[in-house]
Amino acid sequence: MGGHESNGMPQIGSMNKKGQIITDPSELFFLSPRTQAFLTGSEVIKEAVKRASVDFSVAYPITPQSEASSLVGELYADGYVGDYMRGESEFAVMGQCAGGAFGGARVFTTTAGPGTLRAFENFPMWAGSRLPIEVVFTVRGVNSPLSIQPDTLEIAFMLETGMLLWHAEDAQDLFDFILKGYIVAEQPEVHLPIGVICDGFFVTHTKDMVLMTPENRVIPHYNPYASPVTCMDMESPPVRMMRDPFVMKSNYISYMTHASWQLEVRAAIERSRKHTIQLLDGLIEVENPDAEIMLISSGTAVSQSREAVRLFRDQGVKVGLVKIKTIRPFPAQEVREALKNAKHIFVPEFNVAGWMAKEIKSVIDRSERVVAGPHVAGGMTMPPEVIVEEIERSLALRGKKELIHG
Amino acid sequence: MSGLGGQGVVTSAHIMAMAASKEDKFAISNPFFGAEKRMAPAESYVRIGPEKIYDRGELVYPDVVMIFHPQVITMGKSYTMPFYSGIKKNGIVIINDDIELLTDAEKEDLASMNVLVYYVPATKMALDIAGTELSTNMAMIGSVAGLTNVIGMEALDLALQDRFGKKYIASGGTATLDEAIKKKFAKKEMLLQKNLDTIKVAFDQATDYAKSKNYIPEVMA
Repeated sequence: MGGHESNGMPQIGSMNKKGQIITDPSELFFLSPRTQAFLTGSEVIKEAVKRASVDFSVAYPITPQSEASSLVGELYADGYVGDYMRGESEFAVMGQCAGGAFGGARVFTTTAGPGTLRAFENFPMWAGSRLPIEVVFTVRGVNSPLSIQPDTLEIAFMLETGMLLWHAEDAQDLFDFILKGYIVAEQPEVHLPIGVICDGFFVTHTKDMVLMTPENRVIPHYNPYASPVTCMDMESPPVRMMRDPFVMKSNYISYMTHASWQLEVRAAIERSRKHTIQLLDGLIEVENPDAEIMLISSGTAVSQSREAVRLFRDQGVKVGLVKIKTIRPFPAQEVREALKNAKHIFVPEFNVAGWMAKEIKSVIDRSERVVAGPHVAGGMTMPPEVIVEEIERSLALRGKKELIHG
Repeated sequence: MSGLGGQGVVTSAHIMAMAASKEDKFAISNPFFGAEKRMAPAESYVRIGPEKIYDRGELVYPDVVMIFHPQVITMGKSYTMPFYSGIKKNGIVIINDDIELLTDAEKEDLASMNVLVYYVPATKMALDIAGTELSTNMAMIGSVAGLTNVIGMEALDLALQDRFGKKYIASGGTATLDEAIKKKFAKKEMLLQKNLDTIKVAFDQATDYAKSKNYIPEVMA
């Protein structure tokens, strides 16, 4: 994040208009004292945004993110967020976010479920335009009949948008990911939108303990002059291509340009790894790596798996666990390494499709080791007892040489 | 905690969890509800324990089931059938009413699991002590705390302050406190006190009950 001095950016160590000290990110995350608070996930979003030097936020209500977007409005009223407005639909919200980011602002918004899908066209547009917007997805059901309850199917739709996708397990992850997300997403060699995902209700409406950085310290402001693409210049890419799109010139050069730009966006996701590894202490977390039975997933499914590992431990059975923190970039190498000794791999998921199991199967060898389950969907809870039962049932069938894919 | 929209079921779970965390226990609480409306079924869950709790979402195997409204039982306004589905052996059912609501089959079923059924007229208590049925949830919290000792009165008092008092204390503490805020603050103080009184009466009643029956709750074992 260089170049602050030459462009009149607020300097590290100086104060913003609310008297908060602009602090070096590493110092803020790793050295500053943290205080304990017992908050709902929605309140955690507010606390993180308060420390994130956000210039612009757009809100539109949808359960389970309505509290969060309204709390960001309170931050605006108190002067902690530069500007704030309510959009007329999620599609409009994401378009307005793009406008703010094109203009050089740090942008924050939240949505969920049907809101995410309604806004969908904007996400690959953000990525292609290299807009480092942060959106918190408090994921919920997207199906009909209508459901407002937690479900992670929505994430499957997001996988190839070109956005960074981080999946918070709990309130603590949510707090840290919101702040650290900006630092990674705004790196000049990354410069992509980021979706910080948390499970609706399981995280948003749950009161949980969180360790917070000091209230009077903020991360440095976004520096639009460090952007790899010029902001809102009609004569240079990528806006130049929007004004005079290649689609008007249907020829091989136009296809090549699109293909190479899409590859570049994906390469930028990969380039986020080194920054992310440093800030999140790795893209995955592993417990009991030498166990023959491994559980692997992201979000609340990890929390439920931790309890299942405990239940197995009480029975004298060692079960391992892999927590995936970043879904994009997908930690392929790390997952391969963590699962290399596993004989049975279970992927608990809160959706009907089992998309995480497919992701895992696609990067490991001997993928028949993977059981895509247990699954719950539509707002169902996944008690640890159910995970234990499912594993025991599958292992009994495997003992009879029956292949189980879940 | 199973009740109807508007009864403060969600708030109760949050207050219980906050109180537990004041006592340096580990706690996690969350609600589950459909599109919000009064009198529709609403549930919330609180898990309290001596080590970090990861488990979240609907509590499928509870130690204690609290019924905030008779309609949960009589009209089936419950997320599960029967309303105590999944309750653990030696568990507790607390029902807000002073008349018998269970069928003989239900009573037999619960007795076979050695579940204690405790009736408390929580809404009547709330009307008598706080002057509003909105304090029903306070009487329910007092009852579970008194029966199980899972949290004490002091922690509940602190949690109440946290939940209802903070915002007003924050602005009320300034030197430029004006009359309007003073009035509001006084009202808030009164509300806090009345809620606390309601908890206390229910707490003492449940404690006395447990003593008189020599009841030792298994859930605390």
